[in-house]
Amino acid sequence: MLTLEALCKTYPNGTEALQRVTLDLQAGEIVALVGGSGCGKTTLLRLVSGLEHPSMGTVGVDGEKISAPHPAVGIIFQEPRLLPWLSVAENIGFGLDHLPKGERAARVDEALLKVGLAGYGPRWPRELSGGQAQRVAIVRALVTRPKVLLMDEPFSALDALTRASLQDHLLALWEAHRPTLLLVTHDVEEAAALADRAVVMQPRPGRVFADIAVPLQRPRDRLSADFVEVKRVILAALDGSLSAPAADVKTQGAPSGWW
Amino acid sequence: MYDIRVHVGEGTGLAEASAKNRPAGGHLAIGLILPVGAAVLYELAFRSGLVEARLMPPPSRIFQTLWKLAVNGELVTHIVATMYRVAAGFGLGSAAGILLGALTGSSATARQALDPTLQALRAIPSLAWVPLFILWLGIFETSKIALIAGGCFFPVYLGVMGAIENLDRKIVEVGRAFRLSRTALARRILLPAVLPDTIVALRSASGLGFMFVVAAELMGASEGLGYLLVDGQQLGKPDQILASILCFAILGKICDWLIVLVARPFLTWQDSFART
Ligand SMILES: Nc1ncnc2c1ncn2[C@@H]1O[C@H](COP(=O)(O)OP(=O)(O)OP(=O)(O)O)[C@@H](O)[C@H]1O
Ligand SMILES: [Mg+2]
Repeated sequence: MLTLEALCKTYPNGTEALQRVTLDLQAGEIVALVGGSGCGKTTLLRLVSGLEHPSMGTVGVDGEKISAPHPAVGIIFQEPRLLPWLSVAENIGFGLDHLPKGERAARVDEALLKVGLAGYGPRWPRELSGGQAQRVAIVRALVTRPKVLLMDEPFSALDALTRASLQDHLLALWEAHRPTLLLVTHDVEEAAALADRAVVMQPRPGRVFADIAVPLQRPRDRLSADFVEVKRVILAALDGSLSAPAADVKTQGAPSGWW
Repeated sequence: MYDIRVHVGEGTGLAEASAKNRPAGGHLAIGLILPVGAAVLYELAFRSGLVEARLMPPPSRIFQTLWKLAVNGELVTHIVATMYRVAAGFGLGSAAGILLGALTGSSATARQALDPTLQALRAIPSLAWVPLFILWLGIFETSKIALIAGGCFFPVYLGVMGAIENLDRKIVEVGRAFRLSRTALARRILLPAVLPDTIVALRSASGLGFMFVVAAELMGASEGLGYLLVDGQQLGKPDQILASILCFAILGKICDWLIVLVARPFLTWQDSFART
């Protein structure tokens, strides 16, 4: 339902950030975008969000072409980017201006409850910890019930424990409406914990290197042998993406029966 | 073997919240210690004959003079005259500063076209305009207000322009991601983001407003606190000069405090405003 077709992006300074990226995401699918630094993950997300325009190629949601920020597509940035002059509750309700007051308040309260921040509504963003702020940022994007949710390394600034707990929070939130989730991460464990598919990218110019299915049931046991194996496969692909010759562009399917 | 003990924390109270709501009276009292103490010491020194009082009258005499002026109604006339000039000059100057600052801050073309000229004008000491203003606008109110407005304009102009220039683009992007229209973006993102710097600029402009009203009134006025200064100098009445200075101190402080008071509800989100 989210389709990226031969997406290219060359920045005005000549950097070829993306070269003919083609991806297809099913409704409700969680896809992790993994890759070394500078391989165009953020660029790709910004193109899908409509904040930036592709040099060539198209992004479509349910067949509708994206050329500017679209109501069906929500984005969560690497930093919480909460508006410091709005309370936590007002931040969460930022995209709900069109709703009547009562319903807005109800959605905000429900969201706060779900991420374990009940009662934090009247606080200012500066009174939150990093993890709490990021949780608020996540529900701010989710309360508008987008069909597609984009996340750019949303947990990268957090410690491992907080990260794991936020990943669980994210999955719980995702369960409610099952948006299509495109998640950029450089954390292989995160990809294995959340994704149905891990897309490994290769730098200079950025393109898809491998597309790995993650055939694990949820909830996932991070200590299980299967989980460790998934991590190993993604890591191997990541290593390959960084050492592979820059010239040949190929998309690997998931090796069947590798687990 | 591992020995793992789990401690379950006690409920956290709301004690931290109540500390914030300390009454503001305490701060005021602390701030008064220095000026009141100095005044009392000087009064005591004067009473015990330690200091010569002809040129430096004691607080009691200053208050006497002030009281006399207040009772015969002169003080009100002078205060009203001065405050009218400050208010008019500050209002006009800061309104122009906000408008032009917003324009040059948000449009690169406007900045290229206007900012060099305005910066050149800023380099001219404001008082240098006085003879010209008097020639053009006469010696009465208009030239005084023009001088004050000119003085108030620049800090506001620079403050607003800088605030818009330094706007966090990441936050603006949040507005774009939520598909705000241009006006909604200005109202919901731009305005609150530049408000703190604008308030700071307005506060320094109100200080400058008082500076320039004195300059304007020293150069010729028949009423106003600045006139009291000149009059006190010519008639050799230091107590009147000091009474006028005291009025300036109090009025200046009140104006600054009014700006803060009006702005406070919009700025409680800032650390600094939560503390004061
Ligand atoms: N605004 C820009 N102008 C010019 N070049 C840019 C711009 N943004 C990114 N680039 C370049 O495009 C390439 C891809 O950048 P991008 O930010 O998409 O990488 P990334 O995969 O998100 O990296 P990271 O993991 O470090 O966040 C990089 O070489 C970067 O230098
Ligand atoms: Mg990035």
